[in-house]
Amino acid sequence: MLSVHKLVVAYGGIKAVKGIDLEVRRGEVVALIGANGAGKSSTLKALSGLLKPSAGRIDYDGAEITGKPAYHLVRRGLAMVPEGRGVFPRLTVAENLAMGAYIHDDKSAIARDFERAYTLFPRLAERRAQPAGTLSGGEQQMLAMARALMCRPRLLLLDEPSMGLAPLMVQKIFETVRAVAAEGVTMLLVEQNAKLALETCDRGYVMESGAIVLADNAKTLLSSPQVRQAYLGE
Amino acid sequence: METFVQQLINGLVLGSIYALVALGYTMVYGILGLINFAHGDITMIGALVSLTLIQLLAAAGIPAPVILLLAGGGAVMVCAILGLSIERIAYRPLRRAPRLAPLITAIGVSILLQYSAALIWGKQYIALPKIIEPAQLTIFGAQLTSLQAAIFLLACTIMAGLLWFIKTSRMGRAMRATEQNPDVAGLMGVNTNTIIAFTFVLGSAIGAIAGLMIVLYYGLGHYFMGFMLGLKAFTAAVLGGIGNVGGAVLGGLLLGVIESLASGYIGDLTGGVLGSNYRDIFAFLVLVLVLVLRPAGLLGHQGGDRV
Repeated sequence: MLSVHKLVVAYGGIKAVKGIDLEVRRGEVVALIGANGAGKSSTLKALSGLLKPSAGRIDYDGAEITGKPAYHLVRRGLAMVPEGRGVFPRLTVAENLAMGAYIHDDKSAIARDFERAYTLFPRLAERRAQPAGTLSGGEQQMLAMARALMCRPRLLLLDEPSMGLAPLMVQKIFETVRAVAAEGVTMLLVEQNAKLALETCDRGYVMESGAIVLADNAKTLLSSPQVRQAYLGE
Repeated sequence: METFVQQLINGLVLGSIYALVALGYTMVYGILGLINFAHGDITMIGALVSLTLIQLLAAAGIPAPVILLLAGGGAVMVCAILGLSIERIAYRPLRRAPRLAPLITAIGVSILLQYSAALIWGKQYIALPKIIEPAQLTIFGAQLTSLQAAIFLLACTIMAGLLWFIKTSRMGRAMRATEQNPDVAGLMGVNTNTIIAFTFVLGSAIGAIAGLMIVLYYGLGHYFMGFMLGLKAFTAAVLGGIGNVGGAVLGGLLLGVIESLASGYIGDLTGGVLGSNYRDIFAFLVLVLVLVLRPAGLLGHQGGDRV
C-alpha cells in the first residue's frame, strides 16, 4: 500500500533521513522505533506531505506521491496524527472534529462519523463545546486521533501517540490503535515506547541516525538481543 | 450633554469605517502574522476608484442609488483583484522568509500604491460631485444625516455578516484552523494557500467599501488618504487585540468615539490652546497606551507568542 524507496529528508544541508527503504502492506500495523533524533518524525512528515523529500520516491496505493502536498494526500485517504497532537486550541472539540471531516460533504455520513468518535471517546462527547486548548494532554491525544479518523483514512500515520502521557492514558491510546486496526485501517506508527509499539504491531523497523538498521516481525524484534538492549532497557 | 451625544454619534459613524479597515489588518495578521501596511492604501484605491466611477456615472445622468451600487461594486472588484495580486506577487514568495522581509515588502507595496495612485489621479484633492442630498435627522438633540446613518448601518451589517461567516461556515472554520496551525490544517485537507488568498480578497473587498464610505463622508479623495486611515485602523486593530476579528470591530468603534469625544472637548479643556484639528493625536496616544499597558489588546489572547 505504501512503499518508500531511498528516501532522503534534509534540513538545509543536514540529512535527517539518509536514504531509507520501507514498506507497509494493506491491513498491516507497522512500527517505526528508535531513539530521539533518529529521523522517525522526519520520515513521517515526508510521507504525509508536510516536508518535501530531497531525494527518493514514495508510492502510495499504486501511484507516486513524492512531494505531493498534505491537503492532496488526505483526499486520497492518507491521514496523519501529528507529533504533539496539533489540536486547534481555540476551536471547540466539535469544531476540531468537523475540521477532520473537511474533505467530506455527505452530511449524514459525517453525522455517523461524529457518533462513532463520541462512542469511541465518551470523554470528547462530554467536552464537545469546550475549546480544545483546555483539554488535558491525554484528551487532546484522543481528540487528535478521533479527528484523523473523521478523514476516513485508509492509511493512518501516527507520530508519537504516547508522548508525554500518563501510563494509564498510554494504555487507552494503544487500545484505540488496536480497535482502529481491527476496523481494517492500515497504520504506520512512530514510537519511542518500543515495547508497547512492538506488542501492538505486526512488523517493525528500527531507525538509528537516519538509517534503518533492523527490519523484522514485531515478535522477532521483541526477542532480539539488540533491540532488548538498546530500546527495552535490558 | 449635547456635545457629548453629538460627538458620540459622529464617533460611532467614523469608528464603524475604521472598524471595516481594521478587519483587513487583523485578518491578515491572524493568518500570516504579517502587518500588511499596504492595506490602508488598498482602501485609498477603493476610494479613488469609486470617486472616478461616481464622477463618470453622474455625468451620464444615472440615478444616485444605481451610481452608488456600481461605484461600490467596481471598487470591490478592483480592490479584490489588487489584494489577490499583492499576496501572490509580494508576500507569498516570502512566506518562509524571516519576519522582517515581508514587513519591509509591505511598506514597499504601500509606497508603490500611493505613487501609482498619484500618477493615475494626480496629487490634488478630488471632490465628490453632489449626487445625494442627505436628510437631516435629530436624535437626543444631536444632528445626524441620513448618509451617516446609512454608513453606520451598512458597516454594522458587513461586520455582523463577517463574524457570522467566520464563526459558522466551513470556510470560516478553515480560516480559523489555518490561523491556529497551518500545517495541521493542511493535514485536514485545507489548501492553506487558497485560504490565505481568500483572506486577502475578503479584507481588500471590505476595505473598498470603507473607501467608498470615506469618500461619501468627507466628499474628498486624495492619493495619500490611505496613510492616516491605515495607521488609525491599525491602531484600532491593536486596541481590540490584533488577530481577533471581534476585537477589530470593538477597537474601531472605540477609537472613533475616543477621537470624536476628545476633539469635541479639547478646545474647552486646554482653554482654546489646542483645537479639534489636533484630533489625530488621540489615535496615537491610544496606540502608545495600549502597547504599554495591554500589548495583547482588549480581546487578544494573552500569550504574546508573536511579534
